[in-house]
Amino acid sequence: MNRAVKGGWVEIEDQVLSRYERAPQVPDDTKETPLMMWTRGFLLEESAAIGDWVSVRTLSGRIARGKLVEINPRFVHDFGNTVLELLETGVSLKEDLENC
Amino acid sequence: MRDLSYTGVMQRKNEIMKEAIGIDYSVFEYGKIAFNYEKMMQNVAYSMEEMQRIQKETKVGNTPLFELKNITKLIRKYAEPGKGARLFIKDEAANASGSFKARRAAISVYHAQKNGYKGVIAATSGNYGAAVASQAAQRGLKCIIVQEVYDSSKRGQPEIIEKARKCEAFGAEVIQLTVGPELFYTFLKVIEETGFFNASLYTPFGIAGVETLGYEIANQMMEMEGRYPDTVVATHAGGGNLTGTARGLMKAGAACEIVGASVDLHGLHMASDRDFNKKSFTTGHTGFGIPFATKPDRADVPRNAARVLRYMDRYVTVTQGEVFYATEMLARLEGIERGPAGNTSLAAAIALAKEMDQDKIIVVQETEYTGAGKHPMPQLTFAKNNGIRVYRGNPVENIPGETIVIPTSMAQVSAQDVDLIKLKTTYLKNIADTYRLDDLTGEDLQFLADELKLSVGDIIALYKNL
Repeated sequence: MNRAVKGGWVEIEDQVLSRYERAPQVPDDTKETPLMMWTRGFLLEESAAIGDWVSVRTLSGRIARGKLVEINPRFVHDFGNTVLELLETGVSLKEDLENC
Repeated sequence: MRDLSYTGVMQRKNEIMKEAIGIDYSVFEYGKIAFNYEKMMQNVAYSMEEMQRIQKETKVGNTPLFELKNITKLIRKYAEPGKGARLFIKDEAANASGSFKARRAAISVYHAQKNGYKGVIAATSGNYGAAVASQAAQRGLKCIIVQEVYDSSKRGQPEIIEKARKCEAFGAEVIQLTVGPELFYTFLKVIEETGFFNASLYTPFGIAGVETLGYEIANQMMEMEGRYPDTVVATHAGGGNLTGTARGLMKAGAACEIVGASVDLHGLHMASDRDFNKKSFTTGHTGFGIPFATKPDRADVPRNAARVLRYMDRYVTVTQGEVFYATEMLARLEGIERGPAGNTSLAAAIALAKEMDQDKIIVVQETEYTGAGKHPMPQLTFAKNNGIRVYRGNPVENIPGETIVIPTSMAQVSAQDVDLIKLKTTYLKNIADTYRLDDLTGEDLQFLADELKLSVGDIIALYKNL
């Protein structure tokens, strides 16, 4: 889906500080990057496409503005891959306790 | 029109904070640097009975205290004859939001509601966000959580992403930022825009809320074993967990050894875009533990109510691999699956229990919930994807940001002592940057003695040697 409609759940992006505006105490590698911000909310415009400048009403009731970067954003974090080192650890702990 | 530039907002920091917390810290201040900590805690926070009532209203507190018999058995296998203390754990994952942070949030959000604020806001990438969101949901307040979550390529720790999900599940707005201390600027702007209460981790409410945890441990242990624990181990980051727990234990009359434990992340810069995703722990580590111990007032309030050097008898570090090992052990041997960050103190307690006599009791004062993202598998997967070498071996080979070494035997689990006198000296150095010894009054020196659990004579001697 390339267009979001009014009331749809979207993520917006905004630049808080450009790389030239970063605080003096920030380490050099971080200073080379802008400070970016993302928030989510219900789209207020009738319709918008990725990249459009839009307004949203957030869950706290605030109106925030930014560039539309995701429509129906979802959480993709999971339980990761098989971690053999953990499986082996579990087996060896069990054996160790049995041999107490 | 208000100046919304970085400098403009930062210049209004004090007035914004005063409005958003409603505490006039200046009434507690005296001398050049001193302030009356006890008076602040007493006047601003709530009594133990009030806090217990407030927390009970919103599904917080009275969590179980379990004995970890299988782990104790294994500890004794690797301890000298007669050694291997009994290990207990306080299952704080049973609180409404899944961690002890619900205790802090309960008091803050109650206070916000009582004082007519329409909403609460907190700057946190951790369990505290979920805790504030959960409490706000129950008290009908709006909630905004500001998180530092991504590096410049928008890659974030699975653990922090999970926290964002949980905050949203409780109806909070989550504002996500890339790495950098200017998070505080965004935080101030949103406070000013909304007029919400700053549910800071470091107000007297936030710290006093944890006192019920120490209080419960003392009373539960007395009921179960007819005595107080010998040692209580608390994971240390910003200092609130240890400070509140120690104060609660003292209020119950329990004189225990208080040990702080942090994950060793030396060498990784916390505000570095490059280092940000090289760590597998987003809290409970030395990147917070050491600066917050030596300069507590670096917090988002003028006077931080978390002051660990007043309470800590010993401070130890463990490695990331040892914490993952302890987490696996808790699941495999004790049948409870809990989040890794909370198990920092468990890893340390295993090491300490090996050195203690068998008739001693050691308590791990906290667990936290686990789930997608907030679990050893996704965290180690993320580490591997960021070029960290994960292997089983001796944790002495651990290099933060390069390796995660999971022990192959409990014999290898050890806690490294941090020299407390060195930490206290660093605290004094931070003061000495502005004030010479001659500048300080007798009241200031007494304040420093209280702050560092030393005599005035010790303070003068350390100061002279700086």
